[in-house]
Amino acid sequence: MAKVKGDIIIDIEKCKGCELCIEACSQKSLETSRQVNQKGYLYIVKIEDNCTGCTNCALVCPEGAITVYRKTDKSKKQVAKITNITKDTTVTVNE
Amino acid sequence: MNEKRMLDDQHFEQMIEEESICTTDNKVYEAPLDALYDTAMHYCPGCGHGVVHRILAEVIEEMGIIKDIIGVAPVGCSVLAYNYLNIDMSEAAHGRASAAATGIKRVLPEKYVFSYQGDGDLAAIGTGETIHTCNRGENILILFINNGIYGMTGGQMAPTTLPGMKSTTSPFGRDVETMGAPLKITDLVAQLPGTAYVTRQSVHKPGNVRKTKKAIQKALEYQKNGDGGTCFVEVVSNCPSNWKMTPVQSNKWMEENMLPFYPLGDLKKPNGKEK
Ligand SMILES: Cc1ncc(C[n+]2csc(CCOP(=O)(O)OP(=O)(O)O)c2C)c(N)n1
Ligand code: SF4
Ligand code: SF4
Ligand code: SF4
Ligand SMILES: [Mg+2]
Repeated sequence: MAKVKGDIIIDIEKCKGCELCIEACSQKSLETSRQVNQKGYLYIVKIEDNCTGCTNCALVCPEGAITVYRKTDKSKKQVAKITNITKDTTVTVNE
Repeated sequence: MNEKRMLDDQHFEQMIEEESICTTDNKVYEAPLDALYDTAMHYCPGCGHGVVHRILAEVIEEMGIIKDIIGVAPVGCSVLAYNYLNIDMSEAAHGRASAAATGIKRVLPEKYVFSYQGDGDLAAIGTGETIHTCNRGENILILFINNGIYGMTGGQMAPTTLPGMKSTTSPFGRDVETMGAPLKITDLVAQLPGTAYVTRQSVHKPGNVRKTKKAIQKALEYQKNGDGGTCFVEVVSNCPSNWKMTPVQSNKWMEENMLPFYPLGDLKKPNGKEK
């Protein structure tokens, strides 16, 4: 599995299911869920782990429902200590 | 078996580690919740008004002027803008937002002042106020959301409605012969000596959202420097509900039909420099 570079958190109660974010995401990470939120809208969910944290989805969202995270160089240093774990896990995936 | 379990544990740990990417350190984008109330807006799904509110709030937050800016809301779908923007705001009678903003700016010249208006508000009932505010060169920002229709009242034809475009009052499409050609009011005010910065942007794609945000920021900076006149930022926008399209379709339609007629870009820059 590709290493996660970016991630998003969607405020599903704010989302109105307009799908503009789906259109804006070049990674095709987003899809409409099959459930509705309290207001009755089919909200958006992330369906792939390939998000790059590009913020495109959040920029076009009229509801400001998306918060975007991206691994920065700073955080890369922070997680450096788990490099070994990642390596080991790669073995698991290969298995 | 034991080994496998150990590896599973490690996998799990890695998953947690991966989840932890959602930390404050890694946050690259969040809605501007100081200048924008943390509440649902009443706009239809996919409406450009929401995006413009958000980037306006972003600029206000980034410039640190939440307490130093006063907005004037129009009559139209954005009539409730003061319920969403956490800044001082006033409401104006239909079309009169730029006149109200003039009064506020003249009494409180140290404040940033803007009007936020739709095309029906700014280019139909408020044409007079708009042109004279720009002609007087009031040092305010006029933010003009052009969706080519009267959104709030159910999709009547606006002065900005495209030729052939259907609306409830032009059910067979706008006939230029009898209804006149669409009014490019932004081009019109760019001719006036009173305007300093006139630009036309959109918010249908991420890149355009960034540009519009930049334009709003520039306009407010010019206002602060007193760079000689009214700043006029048009945002070509959509109205999925009254265009009777899905939000995605409406943005596509806008790009294919509105943008050729209302081309994006700066029409006038400060110091009289034209495009
Ligand atoms: C004096 C007066 N005349 C007419 C109206 C009815 N009215 C309300 S909103 C509106 C047009 C709004 O269109 P626009 O400014 O384009 O805003 P949008 O909803 O499209 O954002 C009209 C004609 C009114 N409220 N007051
Ligand atoms: S941040 Fe970019 S890659 Fe990630 S979901 Fe949003 S648009 Fe897609
Ligand atoms: S753009 Fe925003 S409101 Fe529209 S579907 Fe995506 S998250 Fe929901
Ligand atoms: S009617 Fe049109 S302009 Fe008004 S909120 Fe709905 S989509 Fe937006
Ligand atoms: Mg309108």
